[in-house]
Amino acid sequence: MRGVRWLLLKDLQILRRSPLQAVLLVAYPILIAVLVGFAISRGPEDPRVAFLNEVPPNTRINVGGQELPKANVKDRICERVECVFVSDRAEARERVASGDVLAALILPADLVNKINSLSTLTPGVPEVEVLVNEENAVKAELVDDRITSLLAQANLSIARRIGSEGGRYLGLIVNGGEFKVLGETIPVLGLRASAEILAQVTPALPPNLRPALEEVTEFAAQARDNLDVAKPLIDRLTQPIAVDKVVVGGESPPLEIFAIAVAATLTLAFVVVLLVAGSLALEREENAFPRLTRGLVSTTGLLSEKVLLGVVVGVLVTLLMLVGMQFFVPLELDRIGLWLLAIVVSAAALGAAGAALGAAAREVRAVSLLAFMVTLPVAFLSLIPSGAVSPTAFDAIRYFTALFPFKPALEAITAALDEAGPSIGGPLLHLAILCVAYSAIARVALRRFSAV
Amino acid sequence: MESATTAALRAEDVVKRYGDRAALKGVGFQAGAGELVAIIGPNGAGKTTLLSILAGISKADEGTVDSVDGRVGWVPQQAALYRRLTVEENLLLFARLEGHEDPRGSAEEMLELTGLRERRGEIVARLSGGNQQRINIAIGLLSRPAVLLLDEPSVGLDPRQRARLWGFVSGLAGRGTTVIFSTHDIQEAERYGGRLLVLADGEALFDGPPEELREAVRREAPEAADRDFETAFVAYLHHRGH
Repeated sequence: MRGVRWLLLKDLQILRRSPLQAVLLVAYPILIAVLVGFAISRGPEDPRVAFLNEVPPNTRINVGGQELPKANVKDRICERVECVFVSDRAEARERVASGDVLAALILPADLVNKINSLSTLTPGVPEVEVLVNEENAVKAELVDDRITSLLAQANLSIARRIGSEGGRYLGLIVNGGEFKVLGETIPVLGLRASAEILAQVTPALPPNLRPALEEVTEFAAQARDNLDVAKPLIDRLTQPIAVDKVVVGGESPPLEIFAIAVAATLTLAFVVVLLVAGSLALEREENAFPRLTRGLVSTTGLLSEKVLLGVVVGVLVTLLMLVGMQFFVPLELDRIGLWLLAIVVSAAALGAAGAALGAAAREVRAVSLLAFMVTLPVAFLSLIPSGAVSPTAFDAIRYFTALFPFKPALEAITAALDEAGPSIGGPLLHLAILCVAYSAIARVALRRFSAV
Repeated sequence: MESATTAALRAEDVVKRYGDRAALKGVGFQAGAGELVAIIGPNGAGKTTLLSILAGISKADEGTVDSVDGRVGWVPQQAALYRRLTVEENLLLFARLEGHEDPRGSAEEMLELTGLRERRGEIVARLSGGNQQRINIAIGLLSRPAVLLLDEPSVGLDPRQRARLWGFVSGLAGRGTTVIFSTHDIQEAERYGGRLLVLADGEALFDGPPEELREAVRREAPEAADRDFETAFVAYLHHRGH
């Protein structure tokens, strides 16, 4: 182990002597911390949507000859997006074309008339106009999703209002009350009161007339009971399917904690894999490998030193990043022991993987490129959630990513950061197995270079 | 030739194969204390293979290699140094890895020996090829070997750097270190080697002092005897079927 200590010191000296590398190792985690911190602390901005309302003022939706109160569709829409009010279609079009707004929503002048025609014998098709600038596929999908969601909200709002009014009229028929028409108040007796009156007068009628009146009384009671059931039915029709969400698996921490864990794992993975792979390749590029392994240090000792280098630098850089994150999102500092455990074990497994990559090539540049080409897609694939791709593809991705330490490292760090995350034991065991496996691969690969 | 009892290093019937190809076919020789032995031959003759077996980096398929106390220093052809460390840091690192009780003292000794004391703080990458090679050799000497193996130590050096290098190496031999070096430069081998071992296609064709090789060349390739030594040597190899 004496040799390991001096080699580690030598590698740290070399790191210190490479200003660009040293600056990158410090600047990279700080930059990531600041970027992720800003992103998750500010939250998503509402998309800007141009809004043009051409519907004449005081025009109301009419049900059965009665005007409904205002549904406040505009207010509801503008709660969910940043509305940019425009004065005409030309301005709306220009703002969309210039990219100032994501889309323009135009409520045409005849919109309410067409909605009112739905309850007539000649129903029209109420339409709103949407102007979009689909300059790329992602933006197009985003606009489609937003507009569809907004219109669904508007439709639901109107349907609820109509349902509510319909329910009020049914209540009037069942229970009685007052009804205003053309400024005049008309009292409505209601089925309940009618049935009661009929029941009271029945005994006073001649016996031959009673059966007929009893039938009418029975009908009034049945109508009352059925219409009582109809009211909640109308309410349900406005939103027939309700959501009852039950979490059956995949305990998840808050989104910002997951984002921090992703940033920390990405930082750790790139720093450790590139550093260990590059450092091992440097031993051969400097021709020092045969000199070292000719009795000065064993192959296992050399590999241990490289993994240790990765752990030391990786832990420092990742902790620096997490400390930077504290300025944006408060982390549970009393879990710092678990942070360290997760980072150290993750760094060791990533370091062993870096050593296996470093043993595969002779030059630092080739190794760096190889490490990048492996780490980046593995990290990308590890972040794909189930359901985002077909089950077969997801299974293939799951097995593939399980062969590399990124995903278990992400799970371990997520678990360490927040108690709502998954359990930490499984990922740590997975990382330990990968660490042993990659160390063995690295040892075998290095044997190829033991001869001159 | 040194007797078996005083040999600092002795190799007997060394065979090395790479697949079907035999890189060394039963090579044997020995070197006494303070001797300067040059291993010469064309490319692919087996020089580097023989040196790596003598150094213990490769294993012979057959034959034996013995050294007086196992202390064999090895200096690879390309400088095995950390170019981003200073001269002194390199020497200190390897002295520590060798387990020296006083690594600073050992580094000072090597700085003195190489004449690089004034440049101890310089980053190795900024030194000339000749100076890098001197440090490379100094690191090989840190284990205080009785035998020092140098694999083509003068490759890539200009004449002035070569002269300084050979002055340094001759000084080591003068202090009792057995030096065995490989080269494909015949004139250099003749000038600095006290004994020459000629290898061709894995076979040892000649083992003796330079004068005896000249005599052998004159005898076996008389048509080239009056020409320069390198041309005569090539003719000699040709006559021996290589």
